[in-house]
Amino acid sequence: MNAKKYDHLATGVIYTLVVAVILILVAILGYILFNGVPDISWHFLTSAAQSFSAGGGIRDQLFNSLYLLVLTIIVSLPIGLGAGIYLSEYAKDNWFTDLIRTSVEVLSSLPSVVVGLFGYLLFVIKLNLGFSILSGAIALTFFNLPLLTRNIEESLRSVPDLQREAGMSLGLSNWKTTTKIVLPAALPGILTGLILSAGRIFGEAAALIYTAGQSAPTVDYTNWNIFSSTSFLNPMRPAETLAVHIWKVNTESVTPDAHLISSASSAVLIIVILIFNLGARFLGNQLYKKITATK
Amino acid sequence: MKEYNLNESFITKIAEEKALTTKDLQVYYGNNHAIFDANLEFPRFEITALIGASGCGKSTFLRCLNRMNDKRARVDGEIMYRNLDINSPKINVYEVRKHIGMVFQRPNPFAKSIRENITFALKNAGITKKEILEQRLEQSLKDAALWDEVKDDLDKSALALSGGQQQRLCIARSIAMHPDILLLDEPASALDPISTSKIEETLETLKKNYTIIIVTHNLQQASRISDYTAFLHLGHIIEYNTTANVFTKPKMQATEDYVSGNFG
Repeated sequence: MNAKKYDHLATGVIYTLVVAVILILVAILGYILFNGVPDISWHFLTSAAQSFSAGGGIRDQLFNSLYLLVLTIIVSLPIGLGAGIYLSEYAKDNWFTDLIRTSVEVLSSLPSVVVGLFGYLLFVIKLNLGFSILSGAIALTFFNLPLLTRNIEESLRSVPDLQREAGMSLGLSNWKTTTKIVLPAALPGILTGLILSAGRIFGEAAALIYTAGQSAPTVDYTNWNIFSSTSFLNPMRPAETLAVHIWKVNTESVTPDAHLISSASSAVLIIVILIFNLGARFLGNQLYKKITATK
Repeated sequence: MKEYNLNESFITKIAEEKALTTKDLQVYYGNNHAIFDANLEFPRFEITALIGASGCGKSTFLRCLNRMNDKRARVDGEIMYRNLDINSPKINVYEVRKHIGMVFQRPNPFAKSIRENITFALKNAGITKKEILEQRLEQSLKDAALWDEVKDDLDKSALALSGGQQQRLCIARSIAMHPDILLLDEPASALDPISTSKIEETLETLKKNYTIIIVTHNLQQASRISDYTAFLHLGHIIEYNTTANVFTKPKMQATEDYVSGNFG
């Protein structure tokens, strides 16, 4: 066989593989959207879930998911940022740094159900936080932190050393160079990583079943006192998220329209994550343009 | 490669005012001794060129002069600047670098607007008055011969400039800090001939107000623009003299071979 034929063959194989991947993804996405989207309605999004009768919505679950996401990011972003900056800008290449990197990698491949059970034992039982949004947010931080740290470290690393030297040569301190030169240049990458990890958090169920709980108590969306047990902002209340709801509806629900609820919820979940992804790209690009002054 | 006696050297003393003096400067990368006993005097308001084959240590030596080798290499010896040993660990290196600026081999503007590139370090150094910032912006860009090309696009990204313009922006960024000394590490090696000659013209003008030390592997460039030339070989300073003497009447065999192209 000559080079040209080889090339044709290789191209053909690669195309076939790509088509296979696309087909699988389109089939799954299409199935979920096709089955779910027709059942999404304003009523479905804005009414509370029903335990026994049909016609329940996902208002609380959707809110819980978003609230948990925000809390998780508030907890994990500063830690991830600090660790990422340390690993990329300050850490020397030695066994200790290697140990941190290896630990981060091991933690990132930890099954989320293990994270959930660990969170259950430590936060829910030992620290007495109970099934709560806070327990869930901390567990999700454990789950999210490795990839977030890695992403921030990589984004910072991708900024050329020449930028650091430029800063240093102008008399800027290490810290100033990092925060004002390197960090802004890495921001689009960090933001993209952050929003992609938000997608993972949003879709997570196993780690939350044992930490944030499976019940969605009725909350008052007009009560802004976060210490009040009926407030929607109270982080100490149990909160069933959308992904947990899907799991629960499919395993132990007795409502007659369980199938409908699960399909529509899945579609909502996918759509929100899709919005995250598109938003990540758009925001990343906008931010980069703004920072670098490119039009 | 021909063997030369590395311990023989010809180092001229400078009669005029000195901007910077190194005394017995040694550089080590781990166990690797990279610079041996460098004793040089750099005259004020002149251009001094550092020449030598790749790997001879000229960039390493240059980077010592504003402490850019910190954390990369061990630098022993003294670097005297205004009666102060700036190689001492007690010295505030950030302050040193405000007085001794540096331009690198590859243009490295910040991913910010042209204006921000110039004013960022100034603001950080505590200059906040708008008029002063504007004045420094305009003056440094004029000194770097870039003003006419960018004066209408000051808020556009510096990354949109050509390589030669970016390098002149980097020079402007350095001189906006009003340093005493400007260190340039092969500033034209990544540029085309037209941009190169613009940079050279710029340096000729700058030398009125700045002491310039430039590393170059382009011998024509060294002979065109510099007043003094130091020739380095394998980490040793073999010859240091006026540029005219180094190129036409070299004292050392190694220098003669290098400038006449019979080296290696």
